Amino acid sequence: MNILVCMKQVPQKDAPLKLNEAGTWIREDVSYEVNEPDAFALEEALRQKEKHTGEVVVITAGPARASQVLREALAKGADRAIHLEDAAFVGLDAYNTARAIAAAIKDEKFDLIFTGLQSDDYGYAQTGVILAQILGWPHATIIMQIEKNDAGIRVKRELEAGFFQFVDMPLPAVLTIQSGINKLRYATLIGIKQAKTKPLRKVMLAEVQSAIGANLQKIEKLYVPQKSKNTEFLEGPPAEVARKLAEKLKNELRVI
Amino acid sequence: MAESILVIVEQREGKLNHVSWETIAAGQAIADHIGWSLEAAVLGSSVAAIASEVATKKLAKVYAIESPKLEPYTPDAFAYVLKEFFEKHPAKLVLMPHTYQVRDFVPKLATALETTAISDAIGYKYDNGKLLFTRQMFQGKFVADVSFAGPGACFVTFQNGSFRADKVEAGAAAAPVEAVTVDVPDGVVRNHPQEVFKEAKQAVDLTQAEIIVSVGRGIKEQKNIELAKQLADAMGAELAASRPICDSGWLPMDRQVGSSGQTVAPKLYLALGISGAIQHIVGMKGARSIIAINKDSEAPIFEIADYAVVSNLFDVVPPLIEEVKKAKAGG
Repeated sequence: MNILVCMKQVPQKDAPLKLNEAGTWIREDVSYEVNEPDAFALEEALRQKEKHTGEVVVITAGPARASQVLREALAKGADRAIHLEDAAFVGLDAYNTARAIAAAIKDEKFDLIFTGLQSDDYGYAQTGVILAQILGWPHATIIMQIEKNDAGIRVKRELEAGFFQFVDMPLPAVLTIQSGINKLRYATLIGIKQAKTKPLRKVMLAEVQSAIGANLQKIEKLYVPQKSKNTEFLEGPPAEVARKLAEKLKNELRVI
Repeated sequence: MAESILVIVEQREGKLNHVSWETIAAGQAIADHIGWSLEAAVLGSSVAAIASEVATKKLAKVYAIESPKLEPYTPDAFAYVLKEFFEKHPAKLVLMPHTYQVRDFVPKLATALETTAISDAIGYKYDNGKLLFTRQMFQGKFVADVSFAGPGACFVTFQNGSFRADKVEAGAAAAPVEAVTVDVPDGVVRNHPQEVFKEAKQAVDLTQAEIIVSVGRGIKEQKNIELAKQLADAMGAELAASRPICDSGWLPMDRQVGSSGQTVAPKLYLALGISGAIQHIVGMKGARSIIAINKDSEAPIFEIADYAVVSNLFDVVPPLIEEVKKAKAGG
């Protein structure tokens, strides 16, 4: 099976984020990492390839820094990479991102496309499903298991409140992958070495420009949420904080 | 002519998903605010009863959209039927609850209609004649005011708990129900869903717990779970966790709180090393009181905490266990 994995570079989970002067985006001078569900999507693609043979291709859209995500994926075992390289890709809405990806892979032939179920930055949870619609392929979201069979695949969808559902579907298809579907591997030294010689195709904004349009949704303003609660901060050395907390638990919250 | 707003409610096996009332409340608030008319729609193979139930609320009209191909749910059938529906009954603004089902078909539907969905919104603003939707970004560290810039319908999905179901206004008289039948040709539906099931009988019912001590990534290693357990034992609390902890197998899945786990409303929720990603918050924001201990002062969990401790949990929890024991012994 030939599998494309869409991956995104996002700010590190505990990176302190600051707003830009215009208050429309974050300042970009932070540390980045792979969007967590995307790492699970890559791992699943590598496992499917190990079972059924084929090729794993990774794609990302973003400035030069985003190539780190691709290099890591190649080191873990992906065969080649595609980089939609331009800072402008960061500002695209999900519809345009999907259209840019579709344009970049128009001459490729995949059986499956994986995305993480959502990104830690925008959190749209839409790009994969939109991509399926653009390609005319079926899709399934929040996937926890994939088994290939003669007719196509059987996937396990996660539903709310601990419910699941198996879905049979034909190939090609787009799946959005949930964190925890598998156990992530680490890149090996030899993998890191081999990654340097694997093909990485750059796609410039101009090459996909005709496929994308104006964003249909626009961030007018980004800001720190207003607190809806009066939070009392307990400060001091740990022993003192512990004493204060126990006092609150006993006399104010009355739970102990 | 005033524009119209359509709320699409969600039903499963003839029962309305309760969160649909929140979306109707949202629709009523926005309709009042901007002076548009409000309609609702329900889809399924047989939805007349639910349509009548929804029609008791203050709405201009309720559409009962039926097709045998809508059961069981598939994104193909839902997107096909709604696209057909909107071609005959266009709405300027379409509101839905941000459920797993809606997430599954709305991006497809919006794309088929060459428009966009503002997903997982938590509220709206009406500023100088401009409608803005607020949504969380960067895992809740920031909030964005988002405007719709397209010519077509604007789709918006609202996060659970963003509006209050008990604020839904009843209508003076029942709203008219219009039955709509859509034929779904063979070949449209490509997925074949099997029965919905639960993995194993849930051993732990966190929804009944009065006190919950919950651990997140800040616990660092599996062996440190024991520390949280000692605190939970001292307090007489149930132990719970955020998703990454259960994904790692450090605690069983039935102790997971959040959108994919259990939704809890205890007297006290004590969050240890939990940053407060949206998917976790939706499962515990109904707690009467929240205490958060986290070393990252910018963790979104502090936004909803009543008491906050910005500190390393490994410094605070050991003395806290002793203080709790002392307080209990002291009577």
